[in-house]
Amino acid sequence: MTRRIVCMWFPRLATDRVLRARPVLGPFALTERHSNTDRIHCLNVQGEAEGLHRGMSLADARAFCPDLLSAPARPDHDARFLRILGRWATRYCPWVGPEGPDGLVLDVTGSTHLWGGESALLQDMHMRAERAGLTLCVGLAGTRGAAWALAHHAQGIADPGEEQAALAGLPIAALRLEAQTVVRLQRMGLRTIGDLAGTARAPLARRFGQGLLLRLDQAMGQQPEAISPEADAPHYAVRLSFPDPIGLSGDVMVGTERLLAALCEKLKAREAGARVLSLTLRRVDQGSQQVELRLAAAMRDPARILPLFERGVGDVDAGFGIDQMRLEASVVEDLPVQQVGAVRKADPDRLSDLITRIGTRIGLENVQRFLPADSHIPERSFLISPAAFATPGGSWSVMRPRPLSLFPPEPIAATGPRPPARFRWRRMSLSTGRATGPERITPEWWLDDPNWRAGMRDYWIVETREGRRLWLYHTPQNPGWFVQGEFA
Amino acid sequence: MPADRQLPWPLRKARVHEVFGPGARAFAAVFSAAARGDVLWLRESWHGEMINPGGLCRFLDVSRLLMGQVPTQADGLAVMEEALRDGVIPAVVLELTRPLDPKQGRRLQLAAKTGETTGLCLIPEGMGSNAAETRWHVAPFFDPQADSTPMRWEITKNKQGTLGVWNVRWDDQTHRLHVVPPAGD
Repeated sequence: MTRRIVCMWFPRLATDRVLRARPVLGPFALTERHSNTDRIHCLNVQGEAEGLHRGMSLADARAFCPDLLSAPARPDHDARFLRILGRWATRYCPWVGPEGPDGLVLDVTGSTHLWGGESALLQDMHMRAERAGLTLCVGLAGTRGAAWALAHHAQGIADPGEEQAALAGLPIAALRLEAQTVVRLQRMGLRTIGDLAGTARAPLARRFGQGLLLRLDQAMGQQPEAISPEADAPHYAVRLSFPDPIGLSGDVMVGTERLLAALCEKLKAREAGARVLSLTLRRVDQGSQQVELRLAAAMRDPARILPLFERGVGDVDAGFGIDQMRLEASVVEDLPVQQVGAVRKADPDRLSDLITRIGTRIGLENVQRFLPADSHIPERSFLISPAAFATPGGSWSVMRPRPLSLFPPEPIAATGPRPPARFRWRRMSLSTGRATGPERITPEWWLDDPNWRAGMRDYWIVETREGRRLWLYHTPQNPGWFVQGEFA
Repeated sequence: MPADRQLPWPLRKARVHEVFGPGARAFAAVFSAAARGDVLWLRESWHGEMINPGGLCRFLDVSRLLMGQVPTQADGLAVMEEALRDGVIPAVVLELTRPLDPKQGRRLQLAAKTGETTGLCLIPEGMGSNAAETRWHVAPFFDPQADSTPMRWEITKNKQGTLGVWNVRWDDQTHRLHVVPPAGD
């Protein structure tokens, strides 16, 4: 069977993507920042009709066309959109690969008759693209190069074996050459592919290298060229539809169990574990409810995950019933298979399960651990980080005694650089029994902390005769006494 | 009250205890140090006062400590019950601001019994629950002679034993609790 290749080119992929969501009547451009200048990345038809072109600076374009609307380009979103289009294009044939940043290449060998012939196939593509608001140029030929040339420069079909005739009249640029090579060929008077094909090959190869002839041969079918579709990114989502709506939370849990089993199978096959799971429950009245489960550690054991959903599912309002459930692992981490040891250590899984369960109630970020930090400032000598994302560790070496509780400084009435013999704090009258100090701590000048505006502090440990052991400080640069902590 | 009785320490397992007074937090730190394994310390997130790990490391290895910031006391009780029942964390500390009703206190006891874990509630003075196994009043006191940090531990409620008062001192080096003879006053 002769090979038939379709090249789909979306000349205005970026603007079409944006305008699909938010249509604009007048000229519209997407801009990209290159070396301190906003340049036009992509234009719509009206913009091109105004005489604007790609690569133009936005300031110039505004001068030509004052009512130009613009938005920043998002190449990452464009790439994702192209991947979606690639998935859509598998309706025509199973073998779809990307072609540059704005095109697709399809190997439709043997599948054109399903669409009623080649011209009917192209017509269907055009019709659907137009309905989706996309500009589309299509070429169909026996080779990938010829299909590309037709899509970009002529559009249409080259019959099997007729590539040479179909391409003869097309410009040199249709061979996917570098812009520099094209200019040099044109200077030599070789303007069309027909001219090039008729020229002696040896001098061309000597002058332009093998690349030019390779492109020519690929277009003519004398050199093979493969289409290599990218493997789809693993998709960790499963869904379940019911013939009749369900409403009992027990039924929902059974449904969740089935979904979890399927999802965990997928995760296991790729040695991955879910970190965030979201369960979407679609109701009969088209409303949907979401149950999000954030796990303290990556997991893929359905029996352990299922009980964690109980709380979230219990809160769901089923309304008139739920007829579709979808479970997605929205954040996935690697979870390699572990060696089974003979000695059983303390079970870290049980602890992370408990943290997850607590986290579903109070929020996973509210279960915290202390980590040591490198600072003399008492409030900054430690970090608080969520236990789910922190590994306990670091050494706590404390040179000087530190209070057990710290609070925002509370002023007391006292003067002088020595701790007062008697003072009142929190409506208690206290007298100093023993004072140890001072320990001078100066503010970190590289951080502007409003609490330390009063300058350096002289800390004293004051043991009162009443029993309380307090941490007092004096600010010599800005005289005043404060209580900041209490010892055990 | 005779002061020569044996200090009932460590606290009875699979029970929930209560402590109040100015030294309650130090008591909780000593309690956490006695636990073998992780410690979960729950407190309401609106507290301006915070626990300083620099002070806590006198008592225990801070990497064993898990802090839970709970929005309300009801959440704190629910989390404590969950953790006590699970049994993977041997010691759970909860700072309370309002009195417990008998049902809540009883539920905590049952959870501790199921999970074989020990709980400790830091309560405001006079807001004890009837379900508590023991209740302690802890206050630091001033020792004019030695440069040490003694505390006075008084047991004010004990379901399975007698009451008593002890003067204790925490040893930073050996991480041990020493009962000191009362000063001759």
